[in-house]
Amino acid sequence: MDRQEILAELKKVLTPYTANKEALNSLNEQTDLIKDLKINSANLVDIFIDAESKYDIEIDMDSAEKIHDVGSCIDVILEKMKQRN
Amino acid sequence: MSRRVVITGMGVVSPNGVGIPDFLHAMQHGISGLRFVPRYEELNFNCHVAGMPDFNWEQLRDYLPEVTFYGLKGSTIGYAIKAAADAWLDAGYSLGGEETHWDTGCVFGNSVADTEAMKRVISFVDSKQARKLGSRVIEQSMNSGATAYVSGLLGLGGRIITNSAACATGSQAVLLGYEYIKHGLEKRMVVGSNEYIDPYIFGAFDSMRILSRKFNRTPEQSSRPMSASANGFVPGSGAAALVLEDLESALSRKATIYAEILGGVTNSGGQRGGGSMTAPNPQGIVRCIRGAMDDAGVQGSDVDLIAGHLTATVADKLEIGCWATALDRKKGAFPLVNSLKSMIGHCLSAAGSIEIVAAVLQIWHQFVHPNINLEDPHPEIVDMIGAESMPVKRIDKEINIVAKANFGFGDVNSCLIFAKHK
Repeated sequence: MDRQEILAELKKVLTPYTANKEALNSLNEQTDLIKDLKINSANLVDIFIDAESKYDIEIDMDSAEKIHDVGSCIDVILEKMKQRN
Repeated sequence: MSRRVVITGMGVVSPNGVGIPDFLHAMQHGISGLRFVPRYEELNFNCHVAGMPDFNWEQLRDYLPEVTFYGLKGSTIGYAIKAAADAWLDAGYSLGGEETHWDTGCVFGNSVADTEAMKRVISFVDSKQARKLGSRVIEQSMNSGATAYVSGLLGLGGRIITNSAACATGSQAVLLGYEYIKHGLEKRMVVGSNEYIDPYIFGAFDSMRILSRKFNRTPEQSSRPMSASANGFVPGSGAAALVLEDLESALSRKATIYAEILGGVTNSGGQRGGGSMTAPNPQGIVRCIRGAMDDAGVQGSDVDLIAGHLTATVADKLEIGCWATALDRKKGAFPLVNSLKSMIGHCLSAAGSIEIVAAVLQIWHQFVHPNINLEDPHPEIVDMIGAESMPVKRIDKEINIVAKANFGFGDVNSCLIFAKHK
């Protein structure tokens, strides 16, 4: 799975958590989860839980702290998928 | 400073009708909302019937932002949102605004948040999967969950309070809202209560042997307040909400005024004098009703209709006796009395608010709803007040003053006096 494929999948995961459909439609690696997508910071954990089951990975708290935009989210997902294999 | 308090909006989620038009139709025509629940038979309960609103969960999408809707699981909160949003819209306000209504508060009550939702939490925790529960469980399991969702949806910025007084919860919530406006502390209050009876709470009530069990195959006949064949109550689920408002505020914005709240009292019998955790002290009830009439400035002889608590247990007799004493009216001079529970069962915490909406609708539309399943009125009740006081058919007549009360475990009472607005 390359970064582009993960981004496309991630878009589906993020959809129910953001009211900002414009930012979602132009989603790219620089899109900030809180500033651009206006996601409630308390709900970030739900996105991680959804991503965990989608990619069959575990996003520990230390890794989760590194996530702030779509790019860093893809970094963590790729890293965890690699660890899994 | 004492302000007059009026009702300018209502919403309801009842076993026999969701939304005011359907609920009104059901009330007027004596339509029962009680159904046979196969699962309760499988679970070996004594009672296999319940009142469950025909609730379309997807409809909440019309009220809630998508982000809020996604992840909302608690039925009881869903009922509360629907009832409160409908009441707010009915009062002429809109949803989705950005401003905070600093002059509007909220009192919403319930008994237990949602045991069925907690079951999921328990199984996740016990299987060492707590990390998968996510961020939305706590807000839906806290007792103030419904109040928090409602006040957030409507943008309310006054006092936000969650009350709990067992079966007196709903009428107590309305009373608290009334008092805040009356004393000039708030201009407007969204008040109500909600209840979702899941199998766990139902089972615990069933074990007390106070639920109806002789009409499991004829559920519409299972709730029989004031009848000789009353054999326990039928649990129901639902919610209702009202918008209460300072009369001046309501007049200045030309709001529809459904009725006025003249007065009310909430008290307790102290679990003394025959009162206990589960039974009321009759003196407490009489004081509550008399106190409400005093607060309202009305006499027993002014009351046109008693909207009773009347659950279809042995306590119905005691309750009727208390009304007769408090109003000082006996057979031949007793007012009309009805119990909505004959149609919807006992909605516990939601009972008070749903039944108050019913009381206000009877004032607004000038009728008295029938008591269904009252082919055999209890002879001792007939001796006290006469069969003619317990209508079995709808009566269209002038209704000016309605006395409404609810009584709950813990020996807690709540009584309110409603009047046609003049």
